[in-house]
Amino acid sequence: MPESEPAILVDGLVKRYGELLAVDHISFQVNQGEIYGFLGPNGSGKTTTIRMLVGLAQPDEGRAKVLGYHLPAGISQAKRYMGVVPDVSNLYDELSALDNLIFMARLYGVAREEQKKRAEQLLRDFGLYERRKDRFSTFSRGMKRALTIACALIHEPRLLFLDEPTTGLDAAAARSLRSLISGLREKGLTIFLTTHYLEEADLLCDRIAILVQGRIVRIDTPAHLKRLVQTESLVEFTFQGDILPLAKELESRLGEAKAAVIDQNTIRIYGGDPAEVFDTIFQFSKDKAIGIEAASTIRPSLEDAFLKIAGLSPRVMAAEKSPGKGRR
Amino acid sequence: MAVAWQDELRGIYHIAIKDMRTYYLKPPALSWGMVFPLAWTLAFYLRSPGDFAELVPGLLAMTIVFSTTAAEAVVINFELRLGTLERLLLAPIGITSVLLGKVLGGFLFGLFTTAIVAGASILYMGLHPDILGLALIAVPSLMVFSSMGALFSVAVKEVFEAQTLLNLPRFLMVFLCGVVYPVSALPEGLQLLARLLPLTYTVQGLRISFFEHADPLLWRDFAALLVFLILFLLPAIRLLHRRFR
Repeated sequence: MPESEPAILVDGLVKRYGELLAVDHISFQVNQGEIYGFLGPNGSGKTTTIRMLVGLAQPDEGRAKVLGYHLPAGISQAKRYMGVVPDVSNLYDELSALDNLIFMARLYGVAREEQKKRAEQLLRDFGLYERRKDRFSTFSRGMKRALTIACALIHEPRLLFLDEPTTGLDAAAARSLRSLISGLREKGLTIFLTTHYLEEADLLCDRIAILVQGRIVRIDTPAHLKRLVQTESLVEFTFQGDILPLAKELESRLGEAKAAVIDQNTIRIYGGDPAEVFDTIFQFSKDKAIGIEAASTIRPSLEDAFLKIAGLSPRVMAAEKSPGKGRR
Repeated sequence: MAVAWQDELRGIYHIAIKDMRTYYLKPPALSWGMVFPLAWTLAFYLRSPGDFAELVPGLLAMTIVFSTTAAEAVVINFELRLGTLERLLLAPIGITSVLLGKVLGGFLFGLFTTAIVAGASILYMGLHPDILGLALIAVPSLMVFSSMGALFSVAVKEVFEAQTLLNLPRFLMVFLCGVVYPVSALPEGLQLLARLLPLTYTVQGLRISFFEHADPLLWRDFAALLVFLILFLLPAIRLLHRRFR
Protein backbone atom coordinates (compact mmCIF):
# COMPACT_ATOMS: atom_id res chain seq x y z
CA MET A 1 0.00 0.00 0.00
CA PRO A 2 1.50 3.43 -0.94
CA GLU A 3 2.51 5.50 2.09
CA SER A 4 0.32 8.38 0.97
CA GLU A 5 -2.80 6.21 1.05
CA PRO A 6 -4.79 6.39 4.29
CA ALA A 7 -4.91 3.27 6.47
CA ILE A 8 -8.66 3.73 6.86
CA LEU A 9 -10.97 5.69 4.60
CA VAL A 10 -14.63 5.94 5.56
CA ASP A 11 -17.27 7.74 3.55
CA GLY A 12 -20.87 8.17 4.68
CA LEU A 13 -21.02 4.98 6.76
CA VAL A 14 -24.43 4.14 8.24
CA LYS A 15 -25.55 1.33 10.54
CA ARG A 16 -29.09 0.79 11.74
CA TYR A 17 -30.41 -1.68 14.29
CA GLY A 18 -34.13 -1.67 13.59
CA GLU A 19 -35.31 1.86 14.32
CA LEU A 20 -32.07 2.84 16.02
CA LEU A 21 -29.58 4.74 13.89
CA ALA A 22 -26.36 3.59 15.59
CA VAL A 23 -23.95 5.19 13.12
CA ASP A 24 -25.16 8.16 11.13
CA HIS A 25 -23.31 8.98 7.89
CA ILE A 26 -19.81 9.23 9.32
CA SER A 27 -16.79 10.06 7.18
CA PHE A 28 -13.15 10.20 8.24
CA GLN A 29 -9.71 9.02 7.30
CA VAL A 30 -6.89 7.61 9.40
CA ASN A 31 -3.37 8.18 8.11
CA GLN A 32 -0.71 5.51 8.27
CA GLY A 33 1.31 5.58 11.48
CA GLU A 34 -1.05 7.78 13.48
CA ILE A 35 -3.06 7.03 16.61
CA TYR A 36 -6.59 8.06 15.81
CA GLY A 37 -8.99 8.44 18.68
CA PHE A 38 -12.71 7.85 18.51
CA LEU A 39 -14.12 9.62 21.51
CA GLY A 40 -17.65 9.52 22.77
CA PRO A 41 -19.94 8.32 25.54
CA ASN A 42 -21.42 4.81 25.64
CA GLY A 43 -23.90 4.24 22.85
CA SER A 44 -22.36 6.89 20.60
CA GLY A 45 -21.49 4.33 17.91
CA LYS A 46 -17.78 3.74 18.60
CA THR A 47 -17.93 -0.04 18.87
CA THR A 48 -20.40 -0.34 15.99
CA THR A 49 -17.97 1.58 13.78
CA ILE A 50 -15.12 -0.77 14.72
CA ARG A 51 -17.33 -3.80 14.12
CA MET A 52 -18.06 -2.59 10.61
CA LEU A 53 -14.39 -1.89 9.88
CA VAL A 54 -13.23 -5.33 11.07
CA GLY A 55 -15.94 -7.30 9.30
CA LEU A 56 -18.14 -8.23 12.27
CA ALA A 57 -21.05 -6.12 11.01
CA GLN A 58 -22.19 -4.96 7.60
CA PRO A 59 -22.79 -1.26 6.98
CA ASP A 60 -26.24 -0.34 5.69
CA GLU A 61 -24.89 2.53 3.62
CA GLY A 62 -21.59 4.14 2.76
CA ARG A 63 -18.14 2.98 1.77
CA ALA A 64 -15.05 1.96 3.70
CA LYS A 65 -11.54 1.06 2.64
CA VAL A 66 -9.13 -0.50 5.11
CA LEU A 67 -5.43 -0.89 4.28
CA GLY A 68 -6.26 -0.41 0.63
CA TYR A 69 -9.01 -3.06 0.55
CA HIS A 70 -12.61 -2.11 -0.12
CA LEU A 71 -15.09 -3.48 2.42
CA PRO A 72 -16.88 -5.79 2.62
CA ALA A 73 -15.42 -7.49 -0.49
CA GLY A 74 -11.79 -7.23 0.62
CA ILE A 75 -12.27 -7.95 4.32
CA SER A 76 -10.56 -11.35 4.20
CA GLN A 77 -7.38 -9.83 2.76
CA ALA A 78 -7.54 -6.84 5.11
CA LYS A 79 -7.88 -9.12 8.15
CA ARG A 80 -4.40 -10.54 7.50
CA TYR A 81 -2.89 -7.14 8.27
CA MET A 82 -5.14 -5.92 11.06
CA GLY A 83 -5.16 -6.74 14.75
CA VAL A 84 -8.27 -6.26 16.83
CA VAL A 85 -8.62 -5.84 20.57
CA PRO A 86 -12.35 -5.97 21.37
CA ASP A 87 -13.86 -4.22 24.36
CA VAL A 88 -13.89 -7.52 26.27
CA SER A 89 -10.83 -9.71 26.79
CA ASN A 90 -12.12 -12.72 24.90
CA LEU A 91 -9.35 -15.28 25.01
CA TYR A 92 -9.58 -18.90 26.10
CA ASP A 93 -9.79 -19.36 29.86
CA GLU A 94 -8.64 -22.97 29.62
CA LEU A 95 -5.49 -22.21 27.65
CA SER A 96 -2.28 -20.77 29.05
CA ALA A 97 -1.03 -17.34 27.98
CA LEU A 98 1.51 -18.98 25.68
CA ASP A 99 -1.04 -21.38 24.17
CA ASN A 100 -3.50 -18.56 23.52
CA LEU A 101 -0.80 -16.69 21.63
CA ILE A 102 0.29 -19.76 19.67
CA PHE A 103 -3.32 -20.58 18.74
CA MET A 104 -3.76 -17.05 17.37
CA ALA A 105 -0.46 -17.34 15.50
CA ARG A 106 -1.72 -20.54 13.86
CA LEU A 107 -5.04 -18.99 12.91
CA TYR A 108 -3.23 -16.13 11.20
CA GLY A 109 -0.84 -18.47 9.41
CA VAL A 110 2.36 -17.39 11.18
CA ALA A 111 5.19 -19.73 10.11
CA ARG A 112 5.60 -22.67 12.48
CA GLU A 113 9.20 -21.79 13.41
CA GLU A 114 8.15 -18.22 14.21
CA GLN A 115 5.12 -18.97 16.39
CA LYS A 116 6.80 -19.69 19.71
CA LYS A 117 9.55 -17.12 19.18
CA ARG A 118 7.05 -14.32 18.58
CA ALA A 119 4.75 -15.45 21.38
CA GLU A 120 7.58 -15.45 23.92
CA GLN A 121 8.84 -12.07 22.74
CA LEU A 122 5.37 -10.55 23.14
CA LEU A 123 5.05 -12.09 26.60
CA ARG A 124 8.35 -10.43 27.54
CA ASP A 125 7.32 -7.09 25.99
CA PHE A 126 4.06 -7.13 27.93
CA GLY A 127 5.62 -8.28 31.20
CA LEU A 128 3.78 -11.61 31.21
CA TYR A 129 6.64 -14.00 30.52
CA GLU A 130 6.80 -15.31 34.09
CA ARG A 131 3.09 -16.20 33.85
CA ARG A 132 3.30 -17.73 30.35
CA LYS A 133 2.24 -21.19 31.50
CA ASP A 134 -0.65 -19.95 33.64
CA ARG A 135 -4.20 -20.22 32.39
CA PHE A 136 -5.86 -17.07 31.11
CA SER A 137 -8.62 -17.49 33.71
CA THR A 138 -6.09 -16.92 36.52
CA PHE A 139 -5.03 -13.50 35.21
CA SER A 140 -6.01 -10.14 36.67
CA ARG A 141 -8.14 -7.84 34.51
CA GLY A 142 -5.11 -5.74 33.53
CA MET A 143 -3.08 -8.82 32.59
CA LYS A 144 -6.01 -10.11 30.53
CA ARG A 145 -6.16 -6.83 28.61
CA ALA A 146 -2.41 -6.92 28.05
CA LEU A 147 -2.54 -10.51 26.76
CA THR A 148 -5.50 -9.65 24.52
CA ILE A 149 -3.43 -6.86 22.97
CA ALA A 150 -0.45 -9.21 22.63
CA CYS A 151 -2.66 -11.73 20.79
CA ALA A 152 -3.75 -9.01 18.38
CA LEU A 153 -0.08 -8.34 17.58
CA ILE A 154 1.11 -11.92 17.05
CA HIS A 155 0.80 -11.71 13.25
CA GLU A 156 2.56 -8.32 13.16
CA PRO A 157 -0.39 -6.28 11.86
CA ARG A 158 -0.06 -2.87 10.22
CA LEU A 159 -3.25 -1.58 11.78
CA LEU A 160 -4.47 -2.16 15.31
CA PHE A 161 -8.04 -1.56 16.49
CA LEU A 162 -8.25 -0.96 20.22
CA ASP A 163 -11.78 -0.81 21.59
CA GLU A 164 -11.85 0.73 25.07
CA PRO A 165 -8.50 -0.83 26.02
CA THR A 166 -8.32 0.50 29.59
CA THR A 167 -11.98 0.45 30.65
CA GLY A 168 -12.44 -1.30 33.96
CA LEU A 169 -8.75 -1.27 34.85
CA ASP A 170 -7.32 0.24 38.01
CA ALA A 171 -5.20 3.37 37.61
CA ALA A 172 -1.85 1.56 37.71
CA ALA A 173 -2.87 -1.08 35.17
CA ALA A 174 -4.36 1.58 32.87
CA ARG A 175 -1.16 3.65 33.07
CA SER A 176 0.97 0.65 32.24
CA LEU A 177 -1.26 -0.28 29.29
CA ARG A 178 -1.16 3.28 27.96
CA SER A 179 2.60 3.20 28.02
CA LEU A 180 2.50 -0.07 26.04
CA ILE A 181 0.22 1.57 23.47
CA SER A 182 2.61 4.53 23.19
CA GLY A 183 5.39 2.05 22.52
CA LEU A 184 3.41 0.55 19.64
CA ARG A 185 3.16 3.94 17.96
CA GLU A 186 6.96 4.15 17.99
CA LYS A 187 7.04 0.90 16.03
CA GLY A 188 5.08 2.60 13.25
CA LEU A 189 1.76 0.85 13.83
CA THR A 190 -1.43 2.68 12.88
CA ILE A 191 -3.81 2.57 15.83
CA PHE A 192 -7.54 3.20 15.84
CA LEU A 193 -8.50 3.72 19.46
CA THR A 194 -11.96 4.12 20.90
CA THR A 195 -12.25 5.43 24.40
CA HIS A 196 -14.42 7.50 26.66
CA TYR A 197 -11.44 8.46 28.81
CA LEU A 198 -10.60 11.97 27.74
CA GLU A 199 -7.19 12.02 29.38
CA GLU A 200 -6.32 8.81 27.55
CA ALA A 201 -7.23 10.32 24.20
CA ASP A 202 -5.31 13.48 25.08
CA LEU A 203 -2.22 11.49 26.02
CA LEU A 204 -2.16 9.01 23.16
CA CYS A 205 -3.91 10.34 20.08
CA ASP A 206 -2.57 12.35 17.19
CA ARG A 207 -6.10 13.21 16.11
CA ILE A 208 -9.49 12.73 17.68
CA ALA A 209 -12.96 12.35 16.22
CA ILE A 210 -15.71 13.26 18.67
CA LEU A 211 -18.74 11.08 18.23
CA VAL A 212 -22.15 11.94 19.65
CA GLN A 213 -25.28 9.88 18.96
CA GLY A 214 -23.73 8.18 15.97
CA ARG A 215 -22.44 11.35 14.31
CA ILE A 216 -18.96 12.83 14.16
CA VAL A 217 -19.26 16.36 15.48
CA ARG A 218 -15.58 17.35 15.25
CA ILE A 219 -12.22 15.96 14.11
CA ASP A 220 -9.03 17.67 15.24
CA THR A 221 -5.81 17.29 17.17
CA PRO A 222 -6.06 17.33 20.99
CA ALA A 223 -4.14 20.64 21.05
CA HIS A 224 -6.56 22.32 18.65
CA LEU A 225 -9.55 20.97 20.50
CA LYS A 226 -8.24 22.38 23.76
CA ARG A 227 -7.54 25.71 22.10
CA LEU A 228 -11.25 26.00 21.37
CA VAL A 229 -11.92 26.60 25.03
CA GLN A 230 -8.65 28.30 25.95
CA THR A 231 -10.01 31.77 25.16
CA GLU A 232 -12.84 31.27 27.63
CA SER A 233 -12.49 31.74 31.33
CA LEU A 234 -13.01 28.62 33.38
CA VAL A 235 -13.77 28.91 37.05
CA GLU A 236 -14.54 26.13 39.48
CA PHE A 237 -16.36 26.58 42.79
CA THR A 238 -16.62 24.01 45.55
CA PHE A 239 -19.52 24.64 47.95
CA GLN A 240 -19.92 23.47 51.52
CA GLY A 241 -23.34 21.98 50.78
CA ASP A 242 -25.22 20.20 48.03
CA ILE A 243 -25.39 22.44 44.97
CA LEU A 244 -27.37 20.03 42.78
CA PRO A 245 -30.89 21.31 43.69
CA LEU A 246 -29.77 24.91 43.15
CA ALA A 247 -27.84 24.43 39.88
CA LYS A 248 -30.63 25.55 37.56
CA GLU A 249 -31.30 28.70 39.50
CA LEU A 250 -27.61 29.49 39.62
CA GLU A 251 -27.26 29.05 35.86
CA SER A 252 -30.19 31.40 35.25
CA ARG A 253 -28.26 34.15 37.06
CA LEU A 254 -25.06 33.66 35.04
CA GLY A 255 -26.12 35.30 31.81
CA GLU A 256 -23.78 34.27 28.97
CA ALA A 257 -21.69 31.94 31.10
CA LYS A 258 -22.59 28.25 31.31
CA ALA A 259 -22.50 26.09 34.41
CA ALA A 260 -21.70 22.39 34.54
CA VAL A 261 -22.11 20.32 37.70
CA ILE A 262 -18.98 18.30 38.40
CA ASP A 263 -20.26 16.64 41.56
CA GLN A 264 -22.80 17.50 44.23
CA ASN A 265 -20.53 20.15 45.74
CA THR A 266 -18.63 21.39 42.72
CA ILE A 267 -19.68 23.47 39.76
CA ARG A 268 -17.62 24.66 36.79
CA ILE A 269 -18.45 27.93 35.01
CA TYR A 270 -17.52 28.36 31.35
CA GLY A 271 -17.21 31.75 29.67
CA GLY A 272 -18.47 35.14 30.78
CA ASP A 273 -16.48 37.88 32.45
CA PRO A 274 -14.59 36.26 35.37
CA ALA A 275 -15.13 39.27 37.67
CA GLU A 276 -18.87 39.16 37.03
CA VAL A 277 -18.93 35.39 37.50
CA PHE A 278 -17.21 35.70 40.89
CA ASP A 279 -19.62 38.48 41.97
CA THR A 280 -22.66 36.48 40.88
CA ILE A 281 -21.51 33.34 42.66
CA PHE A 282 -20.66 35.12 45.91
CA GLN A 283 -24.03 36.87 45.86
CA PHE A 284 -25.77 33.57 45.17
CA SER A 285 -23.87 31.93 48.02
CA LYS A 286 -25.02 34.68 50.38
CA ASP A 287 -28.66 34.53 49.18
CA LYS A 288 -28.86 30.78 49.56
CA ALA A 289 -26.76 30.59 52.73
CA ILE A 290 -24.48 28.01 51.23
CA GLY A 291 -20.81 28.57 51.96
CA ILE A 292 -18.01 28.45 49.42
CA GLU A 293 -15.15 26.14 50.32
CA ALA A 294 -12.90 26.89 47.36
CA ALA A 295 -12.84 28.93 44.17
CA SER A 296 -10.23 28.68 41.44
CA THR A 297 -9.61 29.44 37.80
CA ILE A 298 -8.58 26.32 35.94
CA ARG A 299 -6.69 25.42 32.77
CA PRO A 300 -8.99 24.02 30.10
CA SER A 301 -8.54 20.32 29.44
CA LEU A 302 -9.62 18.10 26.58
CA GLU A 303 -12.60 17.25 28.77
CA ASP A 304 -13.67 20.88 28.68
CA ALA A 305 -13.29 20.96 24.91
CA PHE A 306 -15.30 17.77 24.65
CA LEU A 307 -18.00 19.18 26.89
CA LYS A 308 -18.26 22.29 24.80
CA ILE A 309 -18.31 20.42 21.47
CA ALA A 310 -20.49 17.49 22.47
CA GLY A 311 -22.73 19.46 24.81
CA LEU A 312 -22.53 16.78 27.46
CA SER A 313 -22.42 17.35 31.17
CA PRO A 314 -19.32 16.18 33.04
CA ARG A 315 -21.60 13.97 35.12
CA VAL A 316 -22.43 11.96 32.00
CA MET A 317 -18.76 11.46 31.28
CA ALA A 318 -18.06 10.67 34.93
CA ALA A 319 -20.71 7.96 34.77
CA GLU A 320 -19.03 6.60 31.64
CA LYS A 321 -15.81 6.17 33.56
CA SER A 322 -17.15 3.63 35.99
CA PRO A 323 -16.04 0.10 35.05
CA GLY A 324 -18.43 -1.58 32.63
CA LYS A 325 -20.59 -4.39 33.92
CA GLY A 326 -19.46 -7.88 33.06
CA ARG A 327 -16.20 -6.80 31.52
CA ARG A 328 -13.48 -9.41 31.56
CA MET B 1 -7.05 -18.62 -4.61
CA ALA B 2 -5.09 -21.72 -3.61
CA VAL B 3 -3.57 -19.80 -0.73
CA ALA B 4 -7.04 -18.70 0.43
CA TRP B 5 -8.18 -22.33 0.46
CA GLN B 6 -5.13 -23.28 2.47
CA ASP B 7 -5.96 -20.53 4.96
CA GLU B 8 -9.50 -21.83 5.32
CA LEU B 9 -8.39 -25.45 5.76
CA ARG B 10 -5.73 -24.43 8.26
CA GLY B 11 -8.35 -22.47 10.20
CA ILE B 12 -10.79 -25.42 10.26
CA TYR B 13 -8.05 -27.76 11.49
CA HIS B 14 -6.71 -25.49 14.23
CA ILE B 15 -10.19 -24.61 15.52
CA ALA B 16 -11.08 -28.31 15.79
CA ILE B 17 -7.80 -29.14 17.56
CA LYS B 18 -8.20 -26.21 19.95
CA ASP B 19 -11.78 -27.32 20.73
CA MET B 20 -10.52 -30.80 21.58
CA ARG B 21 -8.01 -29.36 24.04
CA THR B 22 -10.35 -26.75 25.46
CA TYR B 23 -13.80 -28.27 25.70
CA TYR B 24 -13.76 -32.05 25.65
CA LEU B 25 -13.46 -32.32 29.41
CA LYS B 26 -16.21 -29.78 30.13
CA PRO B 27 -18.99 -31.30 32.29
CA PRO B 28 -21.81 -30.89 29.71
CA ALA B 29 -19.72 -32.65 27.05
CA LEU B 30 -18.79 -35.46 29.41
CA SER B 31 -22.24 -36.00 30.91
CA TRP B 32 -24.37 -35.78 27.73
CA GLY B 33 -21.74 -36.90 25.27
CA MET B 34 -20.02 -39.76 27.10
CA VAL B 35 -21.61 -40.78 30.38
CA PHE B 36 -25.17 -40.81 29.03
CA PRO B 37 -24.57 -43.09 26.00
CA LEU B 38 -22.23 -45.34 27.97
CA ALA B 39 -24.77 -45.64 30.81
CA TRP B 40 -27.57 -46.50 28.35
CA THR B 41 -25.41 -49.12 26.70
CA LEU B 42 -24.53 -50.66 30.04
CA ALA B 43 -28.17 -50.58 31.18
CA PHE B 44 -29.32 -52.46 28.09
CA TYR B 45 -26.54 -54.97 28.47
CA LEU B 46 -27.40 -55.66 32.12
CA ARG B 47 -31.11 -55.98 31.28
CA SER B 48 -30.66 -58.72 28.71
CA PRO B 49 -27.06 -59.76 28.00
CA GLY B 50 -28.27 -62.49 25.64
CA ASP B 51 -30.02 -60.10 23.21
CA PHE B 52 -27.45 -57.36 23.52
CA ALA B 53 -25.79 -58.03 20.14
CA GLU B 54 -29.07 -57.13 18.42
CA LEU B 55 -29.07 -53.76 20.17
CA VAL B 56 -25.46 -52.80 19.37
CA PRO B 57 -26.22 -50.91 16.08
CA GLY B 58 -28.97 -48.88 17.76
CA LEU B 59 -26.83 -48.06 20.76
CA LEU B 60 -23.93 -47.06 18.55
CA ALA B 61 -26.27 -44.79 16.60
CA MET B 62 -27.48 -43.24 19.84
CA THR B 63 -23.89 -42.73 20.97
CA ILE B 64 -23.18 -40.91 17.70
CA VAL B 65 -26.18 -38.61 18.22
CA PHE B 66 -25.51 -37.72 21.85
CA SER B 67 -21.74 -37.39 21.65
CA THR B 68 -21.68 -35.12 18.60
CA THR B 69 -24.62 -32.90 19.54
CA ALA B 70 -23.42 -32.52 23.15
CA ALA B 71 -19.97 -31.52 21.93
CA GLU B 72 -21.42 -28.95 19.50
CA ALA B 73 -23.49 -27.32 22.23
CA VAL B 74 -20.31 -26.94 24.26
CA VAL B 75 -17.90 -25.82 21.54
CA ILE B 76 -20.33 -23.29 20.08
CA ASN B 77 -22.28 -21.97 23.04
CA PHE B 78 -19.35 -21.52 25.42
CA GLU B 79 -17.72 -19.42 22.73
CA LEU B 80 -20.86 -17.47 21.92
CA ARG B 81 -21.29 -16.60 25.58
CA LEU B 82 -17.67 -15.62 26.22
CA GLY B 83 -17.27 -13.77 22.93
CA THR B 84 -14.44 -16.04 21.80
CA LEU B 85 -16.39 -17.01 18.67
CA GLU B 86 -16.14 -13.37 17.61
CA ARG B 87 -12.40 -13.58 18.05
CA LEU B 88 -12.31 -16.51 15.61
CA LEU B 89 -14.29 -14.42 13.14
CA LEU B 90 -11.64 -11.69 13.32
CA ALA B 91 -9.06 -14.06 11.86
CA PRO B 92 -8.57 -14.17 8.08
CA ILE B 93 -10.93 -17.11 7.62
CA GLY B 94 -14.60 -17.16 6.64
CA ILE B 95 -17.62 -17.77 8.87
CA THR B 96 -18.21 -21.03 7.00
CA SER B 97 -14.75 -22.28 7.95
CA VAL B 98 -15.28 -21.31 11.58
CA LEU B 99 -18.48 -23.36 11.63
CA LEU B 100 -16.83 -26.26 9.80
CA GLY B 101 -14.05 -26.20 12.40
CA LYS B 102 -16.71 -26.48 15.09
CA VAL B 103 -18.48 -29.31 13.26
CA LEU B 104 -15.16 -31.12 12.88
CA GLY B 105 -14.58 -30.69 16.62
CA GLY B 106 -17.93 -32.37 17.35
CA PHE B 107 -17.18 -35.05 14.78
CA LEU B 108 -13.87 -35.94 16.44
CA PHE B 109 -15.42 -36.06 19.90
CA GLY B 110 -18.19 -38.31 18.55
CA LEU B 111 -15.69 -40.49 16.74
CA PHE B 112 -13.69 -40.96 19.93
CA THR B 113 -16.74 -41.86 22.05
CA THR B 114 -18.30 -44.07 19.37
CA ALA B 115 -15.01 -45.87 18.81
CA ILE B 116 -14.88 -46.76 22.52
CA VAL B 117 -18.47 -48.09 22.53
CA ALA B 118 -18.03 -49.88 19.18
CA GLY B 119 -14.65 -51.37 20.11
CA ALA B 120 -15.88 -52.62 23.49
CA SER B 121 -19.11 -54.06 22.04
CA ILE B 122 -17.39 -55.78 19.10
CA LEU B 123 -14.63 -57.30 21.22
CA TYR B 124 -16.84 -58.32 24.14
CA MET B 125 -19.68 -59.71 22.04
CA GLY B 126 -17.37 -61.27 19.44
CA LEU B 127 -19.15 -59.47 16.56
CA HIS B 128 -17.69 -59.29 13.05
CA PRO B 129 -19.04 -56.19 11.36
CA ASP B 130 -18.17 -55.09 7.83
CA ILE B 131 -15.63 -52.44 8.83
CA LEU B 132 -15.86 -50.54 5.53
CA GLY B 133 -19.65 -50.54 5.72
CA LEU B 134 -19.44 -49.39 9.33
CA ALA B 135 -17.19 -46.49 8.31
CA LEU B 136 -19.45 -45.70 5.33
CA ILE B 137 -22.34 -45.09 7.73
CA ALA B 138 -20.59 -43.89 10.89
CA VAL B 139 -18.51 -41.14 9.26
CA PRO B 140 -21.39 -39.31 7.51
CA SER B 141 -23.60 -39.91 10.56
CA LEU B 142 -21.05 -38.22 12.82
CA MET B 143 -20.98 -35.27 10.41
CA VAL B 144 -24.80 -35.17 10.15
CA PHE B 145 -25.39 -35.07 13.89
CA SER B 146 -22.49 -32.73 14.52
CA SER B 147 -24.10 -30.37 11.97
CA MET B 148 -27.49 -30.84 13.61
CA GLY B 149 -25.92 -29.90 16.96
CA ALA B 150 -24.33 -26.86 15.33
CA LEU B 151 -27.66 -25.78 13.83
CA PHE B 152 -29.46 -25.90 17.18
CA SER B 153 -26.52 -24.36 19.06
CA VAL B 154 -26.08 -21.29 16.85
CA ALA B 155 -29.77 -20.52 17.34
CA VAL B 156 -29.30 -19.92 21.09
CA LYS B 157 -26.62 -18.50 23.38
CA GLU B 158 -26.25 -20.71 26.46
CA VAL B 159 -25.05 -24.32 26.66
CA PHE B 160 -28.06 -25.37 28.73
CA GLU B 161 -30.45 -23.80 26.20
CA ALA B 162 -28.82 -25.72 23.38
CA GLN B 163 -28.85 -29.01 25.34
CA THR B 164 -32.52 -28.53 26.25
CA LEU B 165 -33.47 -27.64 22.69
CA LEU B 166 -31.53 -30.61 21.36
CA ASN B 167 -33.28 -33.04 23.66
CA LEU B 168 -36.45 -32.78 21.61
CA PRO B 169 -35.03 -34.24 18.38
CA ARG B 170 -32.60 -36.49 20.26
CA PHE B 171 -35.22 -38.31 22.33
CA LEU B 172 -37.73 -38.30 19.49
CA MET B 173 -35.16 -40.05 17.33
CA VAL B 174 -34.12 -42.51 20.04
CA PHE B 175 -37.72 -43.72 20.31
CA LEU B 176 -38.73 -43.57 16.64
CA CYS B 177 -35.67 -44.50 14.63
CA GLY B 178 -35.12 -48.12 15.57
CA VAL B 179 -32.60 -47.69 18.36
CA VAL B 180 -34.62 -49.85 20.76
CA TYR B 181 -37.78 -50.86 18.85
CA PRO B 182 -37.69 -51.76 15.16
CA VAL B 183 -39.23 -49.08 12.93
CA SER B 184 -41.39 -51.77 11.35
CA ALA B 185 -43.06 -52.37 14.74
CA LEU B 186 -44.32 -48.78 14.88
CA PRO B 187 -47.76 -47.61 13.68
CA GLU B 188 -47.76 -46.59 10.01
CA GLY B 189 -47.86 -42.83 10.70
CA LEU B 190 -44.86 -43.05 13.00
CA GLN B 191 -43.02 -45.17 10.46
CA LEU B 192 -43.49 -42.36 7.97
CA LEU B 193 -42.19 -39.86 10.50
CA ALA B 194 -39.21 -42.13 11.21
CA ARG B 195 -38.33 -42.01 7.48
CA LEU B 196 -37.96 -38.25 7.81
CA LEU B 197 -35.41 -38.53 10.61
CA PRO B 198 -31.70 -39.07 9.92
CA LEU B 199 -31.10 -41.52 12.76
CA THR B 200 -33.30 -44.09 10.99
CA TYR B 201 -30.72 -44.31 8.21
CA THR B 202 -27.84 -44.50 10.67
CA VAL B 203 -29.45 -47.39 12.58
CA GLN B 204 -30.45 -49.13 9.37
CA GLY B 205 -26.98 -48.75 7.87
CA LEU B 206 -25.21 -49.89 11.01
CA ARG B 207 -27.51 -52.89 11.25
CA ILE B 208 -26.61 -53.86 7.69
CA SER B 209 -22.89 -53.40 8.46
CA PHE B 210 -23.15 -55.65 11.49
CA PHE B 211 -25.46 -58.39 10.28
CA GLU B 212 -26.02 -58.28 6.51
CA HIS B 213 -22.64 -57.56 4.94
CA ALA B 214 -22.33 -56.05 1.45
CA ASP B 215 -25.99 -55.15 1.11
CA PRO B 216 -26.43 -52.47 -1.61
CA LEU B 217 -29.05 -50.81 0.62
CA LEU B 218 -26.08 -49.49 2.58
CA TRP B 219 -25.50 -46.97 -0.20
CA ARG B 220 -29.10 -45.81 0.04
CA ASP B 221 -28.58 -45.03 3.72
CA PHE B 222 -25.27 -43.35 2.92
CA ALA B 223 -26.96 -41.16 0.29
CA ALA B 224 -29.82 -40.28 2.66
CA LEU B 225 -27.27 -39.22 5.30
CA LEU B 226 -25.50 -36.96 2.81
CA VAL B 227 -28.82 -35.25 2.08
CA PHE B 228 -29.38 -34.69 5.82
CA LEU B 229 -25.83 -33.35 6.12
CA ILE B 230 -26.64 -30.64 3.59
CA LEU B 231 -30.01 -29.97 5.22
CA PHE B 232 -28.38 -29.28 8.59
CA LEU B 233 -25.10 -27.72 7.56
CA LEU B 234 -26.33 -25.05 5.16
CA PRO B 235 -28.93 -23.52 7.53
CA ALA B 236 -26.37 -23.63 10.37
CA ILE B 237 -23.90 -21.64 8.26
CA ARG B 238 -26.65 -19.26 7.20
CA LEU B 239 -27.79 -18.74 10.78
CA LEU B 240 -24.25 -17.98 11.94
CA HIS B 241 -23.86 -15.50 9.07
CA ARG B 242 -27.07 -13.80 10.17
CA ARG B 243 -25.88 -13.53 13.77
CA PHE B 244 -22.90 -11.48 12.63
CA ARG B 245 -24.48 -9.54 9.79
